[in-house]
Amino acid sequence: MKILVCISHVPDTTSKINFTDGDTKFDTNGVQFVINPNDEFGLTRAMWFKEKQGASVDVVNVGGPETEPTLRKALAIGADTAIRVNAEAKDGYQVAKELAKVVKDGGYDLVIAGRESIDYNGAMVPGMLAEMVDANFVTNCISLEVDGTNAKAVREIDGGKESVSTTLPLVIGGQKGLVEESDLRIPNMRGIMMARKKPLNVVEPNGASTETGTVKFEKPAPKGEVTLVAPDNLDELVNLLHNEAKVI
Amino acid sequence: MSILVYTESENGTFKKAAFEVASYAKAVADQMGTSVTAVAVNVNDTSELGKYGVDKVLNVSNDGLAKFNAKSYASVLSQAAKQEGSKVVVLSQSADSKYLAPLLSVSLDAGYASNVVAAPTSTSPFTVKRTAFTNKAFNFTTIDTDIKIVGVSNNSFGLVENSASASSEDFSPEITSSGVTVESVDKVTDKVTIADAEIVVSAGRGLKGPENWGMVEELADVLGAATACSKPVSDLGWRPHSEHVGQTGKPVASNLYIAIGISGAIQHLAGINASKVKVVINTDPEAPFFKAADYGVVGDAFEVVPQLIEKLKAFKAANA
Repeated sequence: MKILVCISHVPDTTSKINFTDGDTKFDTNGVQFVINPNDEFGLTRAMWFKEKQGASVDVVNVGGPETEPTLRKALAIGADTAIRVNAEAKDGYQVAKELAKVVKDGGYDLVIAGRESIDYNGAMVPGMLAEMVDANFVTNCISLEVDGTNAKAVREIDGGKESVSTTLPLVIGGQKGLVEESDLRIPNMRGIMMARKKPLNVVEPNGASTETGTVKFEKPAPKGEVTLVAPDNLDELVNLLHNEAKVI
Repeated sequence: MSILVYTESENGTFKKAAFEVASYAKAVADQMGTSVTAVAVNVNDTSELGKYGVDKVLNVSNDGLAKFNAKSYASVLSQAAKQEGSKVVVLSQSADSKYLAPLLSVSLDAGYASNVVAAPTSTSPFTVKRTAFTNKAFNFTTIDTDIKIVGVSNNSFGLVENSASASSEDFSPEITSSGVTVESVDKVTDKVTIADAEIVVSAGRGLKGPENWGMVEELADVLGAATACSKPVSDLGWRPHSEHVGQTGKPVASNLYIAIGISGAIQHLAGINASKVKVVINTDPEAPFFKAADYGVVGDAFEVVPQLIEKLKAFKAANA
């Protein structure tokens, strides 16, 4: 089985979010970048397939040279080959279109992406990609088993979950549950050393266009001070929620 | 030319989000000087949509659509958009709508903006305000394609009533087969879901063990709220993963979010920040949640929560 894991290069959760160039671009100054958490659950599940069932695992990212350390980390975790599509990621459609070419050229059976990135939160690349390469698609995926060309997956739905059966080729929008937090792997020294020698292939983009554009970013208005209510005066809390906040 | 809106239902009845997206579609239609057409799948009575500004309902009644299937449902909407010549398609951000939207986007060659929280700031260029960076910023985005898809975040726009009434006609699209088959659905049906809830009551490790969740559920019952939990609580197996809210769990955008014994890690706050009013109950006055909350009680949850339940019961009785 040939697996491709899509890796988004995103600011670490604890990063301060600021914007530059007239609030049109994310300010990367002093920001630590990581593998998108939803993608990391997928990568770890891919490693499980590789070790237990036999599979090759490639990772791919659409981005500039600054995203290579994130791909190297994925190699250090155990992926075989990394591919970087040398283009600035501008919107979900453009990224999906670039990835579609990688998927077609590489003949992948299973593509695992995160359900959404924690920066743009578009939640659209996996589904668009599936549609573009005519593969089956399951998102919000919290469990995945593959047997030959058959797959069984569990999707989280509002208020519960749903079990589905499908076949390869398949695109997954993954999240926590594909593996648990405790299954995530921290690259060890040997992995890091090996990752330096593994291929990281840079491919030129096919010049996909965008469908959407960013006009500007804006930060939410700063929040006011918390109103404290004494624990022996809960009538006041009920009063505030009813008369001031008007939520009950 | 009309604005097309996908009004979701469950067991033959509209979800609340259906009325919210209908209200949103009506606002867009007014801006663009056109009407609203809704697509309803296997709904018994669609008349209520008129109240939220829908002019015409396309009624789809088909056993092949009894279970939600993203590919088949996307195809139904695609055919409806083509029939109506719609340039804007509006849908909610439920798990199902988020699943089908990217498929619809490719089939209609339509740009898609997700997590939209306000009516378009401009219709030419078509510009919407959406959340990004897991609720730490807003992103004003243009959709540059001829057809546009807008995913409206639940509880962001609200319900707007109109005095109109909706006409209804049968719509019989071709049902596309899908390579994904639903085998079974495991769903709690007697509880409010986190996605639909106006109020969410959430608890963390401060509750010391799963045996102490009775009061959380009782508080949720009194308020008609959904229950949720922090990540450590779901990792420890005290509560099901489906209740985990936060960055890697479910997002919450309720009107009221009550956090009990949750310190407020940045990953947690990122996931719940879209809630309008936040209340925190925690013994530790230094807990980061107090900086993110609107109202706070510094106190022991085991004393505060039972009292709060009694006060709320009295309040409900007095205001019934």
